[in-house]
Amino acid sequence: MSDRRSELTVSLWRGAQQGRYQTYKVPWRENQTVLDVVTFVQRHLDPTLSYRFACRVGMCGSCAMTVNGRPRWTCRTHVASVVKGGCLEIGPLENLPVIKDLAADMRPFFDKWQRAKGAFVPSPTRNDEIEHIRPDSTARIAADAAIECINCGICYAACDTVRWNSDYLGPAALNRAWTLVNDVRDGGNTERLQAVAASGGCHACHSHQSCQELCPQRLNPTASIAGLKRRTMWAYLKGEI
Amino acid sequence: MNVGLYVWQRLTAALMVPLVLVHVVVIFYATRKGMTAADILARTRGSIAWASFYGAFVIAVAIHAGIGVHNVLTEWSPLKERSAGIFASGFGLLLLLLGARAVAAVVLP
Repeated sequence: MSDRRSELTVSLWRGAQQGRYQTYKVPWRENQTVLDVVTFVQRHLDPTLSYRFACRVGMCGSCAMTVNGRPRWTCRTHVASVVKGGCLEIGPLENLPVIKDLAADMRPFFDKWQRAKGAFVPSPTRNDEIEHIRPDSTARIAADAAIECINCGICYAACDTVRWNSDYLGPAALNRAWTLVNDVRDGGNTERLQAVAASGGCHACHSHQSCQELCPQRLNPTASIAGLKRRTMWAYLKGEI
Repeated sequence: MNVGLYVWQRLTAALMVPLVLVHVVVIFYATRKGMTAADILARTRGSIAWASFYGAFVIAVAIHAGIGVHNVLTEWSPLKERSAGIFASGFGLLLLLLGARAVAAVVLP
């Protein structure tokens, strides 16, 4: 921990879409997370600071922010691993509107989950037998690899294609669609494949892989999107979509 | 880009891989053999094979480049999908006309 010193210089975004970074001095502590630093500022230096968090243990996906230029889950990011020259610059997630200070408006992110048909469509009724799904089946393995998304929005904020093309569904929504495409119980795949094969869907992805590099759950949305590209291409060639 | 454009761009790319290789070999062959324009025209004029080869090449290029330009415009310019589509279609058509004219110049008897 060569960068250790008695205090941190922390620049926090203040304002909404228009605003500026404001600098605070925060005591350096052992084992503090970026969320601890933000909380310290709000509780001891400026109670008007707005930010979002809930579980503090990396489960809920609420606390993602831009830390020294990269989107990160702040509750599980140790200051020592990201601090540069004793300084931290913390802003709201990029590619999303800003509500206030460090809180980004997640509505466009979740609207795109809807557009990508990210909701499960049940096919059997309660009178049918429960579907038996083998854990070692190809489809289940593909779904398992992508299922642990916590909806933090880090991949969306990291995605260059989202930045260039506001119509693009983004890695998280497409990753979700891929898990459902591989769910044999789901009955909405024709509509889902149509949705992700349209303009702004999976084919807009450039495979830059920022999503998989920065995903705190170590998922690989790029691989999920590649799967969707293949699946939609064959469905298109067969005339199914 | 939607799945239709994606498929057409990949198909034309796959088609152009062998076409580009043959084209490059032809260039090297013609220059290393010191062939004159008259020598080349003597071989290409009236040739259905060369007309088919470069005709397919021109069509593939026009489709592939048109889709690529459409993608660049939708991501990097303020143009909307429809406007970018019109501009890119015009660009592809221009490439098609220029290419067809060049092919006609060397293969028509």
